[in-house]
Amino acid sequence: MDIVLRTGVMAATVTIACALIAFPIAYYAARYARGRAKAAFYIAIMLPLWSSYLVKVYAWKLILAREGVVTWLAGQLHLTWLLDGILALPVVGGPSLSSAYLGTAMVFVYIWLPYMILPVQAALERVPRSLTEASADLGARPGQTFRTVILPLAFPGVVAGSIFTFSLTLGDYIIPGIIGSSRPFIGQVVLQLQGTAGNVPLAAAFTVVPIAIMAVYLTAAKRLGAFDAL
Amino acid sequence: MRSDATAARGKLTAGTRAPWGLRLSALAGILFLHVPLLFILLYAFSSDEKTFQFPPPDLTMHWFSVAWLDRPDIWAALGLSVKVAAMATAVAIVLGTCAAAAVWRSRFFGRETLSLLIILPIALPGIITGIALRSAYSLMDIPFSFWTIVIGHATFCIVVVYNNVLARFRRTSGSLIEASMDLGADGFQTFRHVVLPNIATALLAGGMLAFALSFDEVIVTTFTAGQQQTLPIWMLTELIKPRQRPVTNVVAIIVIVVTFLPILGAYYLTRDTHDFSGSGK
Repeated sequence: MDIVLRTGVMAATVTIACALIAFPIAYYAARYARGRAKAAFYIAIMLPLWSSYLVKVYAWKLILAREGVVTWLAGQLHLTWLLDGILALPVVGGPSLSSAYLGTAMVFVYIWLPYMILPVQAALERVPRSLTEASADLGARPGQTFRTVILPLAFPGVVAGSIFTFSLTLGDYIIPGIIGSSRPFIGQVVLQLQGTAGNVPLAAAFTVVPIAIMAVYLTAAKRLGAFDAL
Repeated sequence: MRSDATAARGKLTAGTRAPWGLRLSALAGILFLHVPLLFILLYAFSSDEKTFQFPPPDLTMHWFSVAWLDRPDIWAALGLSVKVAAMATAVAIVLGTCAAAAVWRSRFFGRETLSLLIILPIALPGIITGIALRSAYSLMDIPFSFWTIVIGHATFCIVVVYNNVLARFRRTSGSLIEASMDLGADGFQTFRHVVLPNIATALLAGGMLAFALSFDEVIVTTFTAGQQQTLPIWMLTELIKPRQRPVTNVVAIIVIVVTFLPILGAYYLTRDTHDFSGSGK
């Protein structure tokens, strides 16, 4: 149960972080980028999406390692105290970023980010320009237009993206194995049970958990209109 | 009135430039997506074998020659990966095209369900596909072999081909096929001379993406490979028990190149297809 909770919280955190980072990129690409810039943006999002999963994880192992880039950067900016402070936090911290939950979450966010950007961008592109113009004509400030017109219309896209980020985080077992603390996630337990322990029925039982979570999640997403945004 | 409208238009044109905050955060996001890959490149030249020290103490080409000459295990894994990816792509092209054609041309009982079932393997976590395949293999007493990996990879490669080809089919006018039939071509001739040229680039793009996807798949592979090592599996073992770290970087660069080229190719192939022949029905 501990494992399920840990995986679920991680998936939720990663999803929210992805949504926050993805939104400006998607918004810029959908509303402001034109012509060549738009094509460049598209490639810039597609390349990391399709490039090798392991290579990306490996890159983060290099970056987050104790003697790696982040530590060096913190040293250069005289922020070592900040890094140490974050690592000293009780739950998310650890001896180094590559063996802390924080590191695991960062890598998850990085790997699944394109899956969030693309649906959000698609949703934003379907918002007719005339709507925002109408809102401006009716006296709304840009901030108000954004909050009351664009955000509700883009929300199904965010939900659609969150289906990917959430489900992918639930099922993954490689990232928490390579980067993070030794406490296991659902995927790792399944792997151990079917591999070294040879307990395939229990492993199968464990896989029912993410399937059930996703079934609930998908039903909720359908209510929110996420499937029309795909 | 007039001046109000002009003012509003002036505001609109001013509004087409993105605010600084937005531009900055979009740029930061894109950098976040790309900078990590640059570090892979840098560390391949690092002279430091044991740790990930930054900045690297010295730069060297040594590891490229080590990977080239002293590590036959890399080349065996690379060979297997290429063979599996090629075969899975071939299977996916045939089955994916057939499925797309069926869903596009005819309406039959369970059509929506079928298209959902085809897309499912890429939506489900890989571990579920993996466990399912492994249980199926062990129930049917199929020993692990080259073909078990190919079948595992084909499950999600089909999706990519299917999506690409179906999207193209939907833009192709059905009247083209009817015209061909009316003019006396048989089914095969129609396929060869009318359908195939129409879907060729979509097919190629889908195939390239499928190849890239298969080439770096790990999760399904761990469940279906048994003792065989594909290149991603090789990388995974190196990640857990490192031997010569910079050599892993060299391999990572090979993987990046092998996957980026088909992706870029696929992008250029499907880029200008919005006004495709027969779409103006």
